[in-house]
Amino acid sequence: MEILVCVKRVPDPAENEIEINSDGTDIERDDLVYSVNEWDNYAVEEAIQIRDKVGGSVTVVTVGDEEADEVLRREMAMGADKGLHINDEVFEEADGLAIAKALKAVVEKGNYDLILTGAQADDGAAQVGGMLAALLDLPYASLVNSIEVVDDKTLKVGREIEGGNQEMNEISLPCVLSIQTGINEPRYVGIRGIRKVAGVEIPEMELSDLGLSEDEVAPKVKRLDYFVPEMGEGAEILEGDTEEIAEKLVELLKAKGGIK
Amino acid sequence: MSREIFAYIEHHEGVLDDSALELINAAKKIDESANVVALVLGTGDNLNKACEEAAKTYASVWKVDKSDLSYPNAEIIRAMLVNLLPKGSICLIPHDTFGIDLGPGLSVKLDTPYVPDIIAIDKVEGDKLVAVRQEFSGQAHTHVECDISSGAVLTIRPGTFAADESKSASGEVVDKSGDAGDVEVKRKFLEVVEAEAGDVDITQADILVSVGRGIGEEENIELAEELAEALGGVVSCSRPVVDAKWLDHSRQVGTSGKTVKPKVYIAVGISGAFQHVAGIKGNPFIVAINTNPKAPIFQVADVGVVEDCIEFLPVLTEKVQEMK
Amino acid sequence: MEMALVPVAKVSLLGIPASLLAILIPLIGIGFFSYIMARRLIPLAKAKPDPRFDRPKQRFKNLIKFWLGQYKQPRYLVAGVIHMVIFFGFLILSIRSISMVFIGFDPGFVFPGLGGFLGHIYDFFKDYAATFVLIACIVAGIRRGVFTPERYKVPPKYGKDHTFEALFVLGLIGGLMIFESLYSGSMVAAQRQMGLEAEFLPPLTISWFFAKILSGAPRGLLQFLNTSAYFCHDMVFFFFLCFLPFGKHFHVITSIFNVYFSKLDRGTVKPVRYGVSDEELDDLDYFGVKYIEDFTWKNILDFYTCVDCGRCADVCPANAVGRPLIPRFLTLKAREHIFDRFPVFGEIKPKVPLIGNIYEEDEIWSCTTCGACEEECPVLNEYINKIVDLRRGMVDEGLVPQTLQKPLNALTKRGNPYGKMEKKRAEWTKGLEDIEVKIVGKKAQTETLYFVDSATSYDERANEIARSVVKIMHACGEDFGILGKSEKDSGHEVRRFGEEMLFLTLKEQNIDAILNSGAKRIVTADPHAYNGLKKDYEGIPPVEHISEYILRKINEGKLRFKPIEDPALVFTYHDPCYLGRHNLVYDAPRQVLDAIPGLNRVEMERHKDRSFCCGGGGLMLFYEPPEEEQRMGQVRVKMANEAGANVIVVCCPFCLTHLEDGVKTTRFEGKIQVMDLTELISKQLIIE
Repeated sequence: MEILVCVKRVPDPAENEIEINSDGTDIERDDLVYSVNEWDNYAVEEAIQIRDKVGGSVTVVTVGDEEADEVLRREMAMGADKGLHINDEVFEEADGLAIAKALKAVVEKGNYDLILTGAQADDGAAQVGGMLAALLDLPYASLVNSIEVVDDKTLKVGREIEGGNQEMNEISLPCVLSIQTGINEPRYVGIRGIRKVAGVEIPEMELSDLGLSEDEVAPKVKRLDYFVPEMGEGAEILEGDTEEIAEKLVELLKAKGGIK
Repeated sequence: MSREIFAYIEHHEGVLDDSALELINAAKKIDESANVVALVLGTGDNLNKACEEAAKTYASVWKVDKSDLSYPNAEIIRAMLVNLLPKGSICLIPHDTFGIDLGPGLSVKLDTPYVPDIIAIDKVEGDKLVAVRQEFSGQAHTHVECDISSGAVLTIRPGTFAADESKSASGEVVDKSGDAGDVEVKRKFLEVVEAEAGDVDITQADILVSVGRGIGEEENIELAEELAEALGGVVSCSRPVVDAKWLDHSRQVGTSGKTVKPKVYIAVGISGAFQHVAGIKGNPFIVAINTNPKAPIFQVADVGVVEDCIEFLPVLTEKVQEMK
Repeated sequence: MEMALVPVAKVSLLGIPASLLAILIPLIGIGFFSYIMARRLIPLAKAKPDPRFDRPKQRFKNLIKFWLGQYKQPRYLVAGVIHMVIFFGFLILSIRSISMVFIGFDPGFVFPGLGGFLGHIYDFFKDYAATFVLIACIVAGIRRGVFTPERYKVPPKYGKDHTFEALFVLGLIGGLMIFESLYSGSMVAAQRQMGLEAEFLPPLTISWFFAKILSGAPRGLLQFLNTSAYFCHDMVFFFFLCFLPFGKHFHVITSIFNVYFSKLDRGTVKPVRYGVSDEELDDLDYFGVKYIEDFTWKNILDFYTCVDCGRCADVCPANAVGRPLIPRFLTLKAREHIFDRFPVFGEIKPKVPLIGNIYEEDEIWSCTTCGACEEECPVLNEYINKIVDLRRGMVDEGLVPQTLQKPLNALTKRGNPYGKMEKKRAEWTKGLEDIEVKIVGKKAQTETLYFVDSATSYDERANEIARSVVKIMHACGEDFGILGKSEKDSGHEVRRFGEEMLFLTLKEQNIDAILNSGAKRIVTADPHAYNGLKKDYEGIPPVEHISEYILRKINEGKLRFKPIEDPALVFTYHDPCYLGRHNLVYDAPRQVLDAIPGLNRVEMERHKDRSFCCGGGGLMLFYEPPEEEQRMGQVRVKMANEAGANVIVVCCPFCLTHLEDGVKTTRFEGKIQVMDLTELISKQLIIE
């Protein structure tokens, strides 16, 4: 099975304190460290496991600047066979749709049976997978937490739905799936693994290589700013005797949907 | 002419999802004078019941009855909405596991902008809509802008808009089944596998009563369970409670436990160590109950109660029960 | 000379001279034995190198102490004494046994040097030796077969019980004793019957009893018994010799080598591959141990030598709390695997990965590297190096539990396992009211460097240790500083969790920062950093643990303490593994405590080299074993309570965390308090 996995380089909130810069145009990027988006990492692991079971190859693709190369290498160290780097300044301002269009062009240049994305990204909106599927006119399932290869035309996939339940579907190949965390246990990639693939050539593509024009990838949705919602110093401490505090708290809970 | 805004109504066995009453307020926030149309798709009696319910809130209800919609397969629904919705429509969808499945592709097929997971509508000026979203697990908020002149698909985070409980409308139910057309899709719904019985999935709970070592003794966990039951939530905990074997590891919130994204998080006797707090995502309303006013949990909490939890919990539980 | 009985060498059995048999049995026995040993050496030859031929003096001293001196044995008194009797008896009797073999075809054989008077003395002792060995065998047999101490039991998942083999071997040894004594006894009885000068038999020995019992026996019977006893002894002897390499009694042969080649440097971890420099590591196909051949020859020798005594398992904290690790079976499973893959008879079988076949992943992650097992092992087997090598193999394959991947990634990105910002590494200093802590580097140099390490820098509770250290050094008038954001995690646990490349990166950054600071000495309050800087780093100034530093300053008269006011406080000191066992710093913290007037101190039963691990440091904090009945910290707190203590003093940020958690999750909250030595000292400090 030929599998394409779309990955993204993001600042992982577990390793960063997200602060907003003084004019609110961006988050403070000086002290940030970046990783592969957690969901994408699960997607790559899943792709590798499928490949190891039924054969084929795994290609990882990212849309990002020079530095995005590092996440491709990391995923290749994990076991992906090939990397593809879409690197064009125009994507700096891109919205989800523009990314999906770029990925569509990549898919059309290849011959993929299965396209995986992470269900969401920490700095994203859980949209690219669904858009890509629609652009390609392929079936789609989101929040996938299990994949079983039925035959070379069909997969059985589980979707994580509310209440911890799982929605089972049969989906025809080729298709696009967005992968939820917990679908597998991604393997560890150490410095040594990454060094081993340091020398591998990763093809880079620009907008023109994708056959797209700047207009086509102009953002329809623009981020205007970043801000921190008004918040006081720590918690508002409720005063009064036990009864009064409990009453006040009940009111607050009710207002916040904390009583079902 | 007033704008038409469509609200996708989720329903289950004839009962509307909470989001159904919230979307109308989101729509009104976009355009007070909008004609808000409820889109209710499904089949049979359950569908009729859902339509009746929706008509109490929405002036206009579009009903689509198709036998293959006994389960809401987003692939089918997307194709039908493309057939159904007039060009330039604004469509609101709850941002949940269904909305995530439906929304992005729908926007592509309708050729409209897509703004997902909206927590507030900042303003609408002419054709420009400015909405508020969160990034980085709620650590940063952002304003996003899009042009809605050619329509839009917007997904709304459940619980962020107040529900319209007035039930003041007596809407007209229009059967649009014919316009929806018959569609073939390549994804077939098979079944829903229920979470194992008795196994509480704290990651899916909206209301968590989370206990820490401040709860003191194993017997006191019952106090938290009673409160959780009254609130309609479940009990989770911090690591020391698991270490003490008072609760199963599946209940642990934190870096070495589960990541949760509730709407309300009541931290009982939890000091608020980084490893614990890191497991709370999605910016819930956090209540901290702790005897130590210097506990770091008060830094992340919205509301604090400096009381002995063993005395405070029964009082709170009682008040909650009275309220209901 | 008139003979009481026909000597074995002159007897003829069904027309065949017995001497021929007496030559054939040893020849066949030795032939077989040589073949078996040659086969057993194959795995050693295939294994990885390990340069253990250095420092012969020290190794010889170890041999005298641990092998000949049986130094570790009495740590388990009953079993130890029994073993020592058998061991020393065996040493004495080995001469007799060899002589016996020769007597079979050379009736006049006398062991060189044991001709005259010395020979009589020897005979005197050997008869008692045989008797004591026999008694020891009987006692051991009863103990093993009837009472069976807990540590000899075999949990079902590790296969069959080992009692039969143990009893069988005790039977063989007892047989040797009996046959040898019967041989002597029957001869003496015949000599006495004939009125010949008889060999002196020491009273109450087995041979003495035999001579008594047989005093009236017919000559023919005595002749028969004498010849039979000889050949029985001969056959049992050579059977036993050939049987040794098939089981736990291999140690009879290998322990002498195992002790001689044992690890000499406490607290160290072997390099990824001996003979491969850090720069050449990239050229290796893979790291660590994936197949049995990836162990070093010394590791294989360890597996051969294991006595199955269960002491390692008995003291192992992971085993005690029900984690899926029993050190004893780590070894025994490997030995069985070696015997299976490299059989004495038949073809060598193909390689199989150890993880997933003989070991489980969590079995290997469960170890805290506390070193209790190594401390206890009577034949000085190693565990930590093997565990680390197995982990290196797993890391290389990406087999790392999810709970450990996050901190490892954070260490890679941020230099600390919590994923916190580098610039916040010195934030704890903000909690100091009037002492400014110098952040040192190229521009601001220092005499003494305080190496804080990650836990003490970022963990809010452990921050108190850092602030206490500062107060103590300040009170001593020390010129000191910290590295601030240029300090990275020492990597001590990173290395012991098998992530060598990440460790090397952290080490390189730290060495640079340390050298830039111009420090003449380093002080740390974290035993893991202490051990790491001392053992894993090179080219840096000498390192002192804060307890040693405080003791030095007390002796210099720079620190004085207020007395403990509350007479109800009973203190106990918990030895951190990496300060105690791995560095032998047992006394300094105790002396520091005893320097505080009015401090009432008790010892827990398990203290010093038998200290019980708190739960482990560094990355162990993040690891969640799939099975665990209780936390090590809880067990330790109970031990402190049993000792009658209500204050546990630790010397390590991880011990502080684990034991405080232990207190909070047992019913000792409010009854037992845990504090770091530095906290206590800074509290009791008299500031002039």
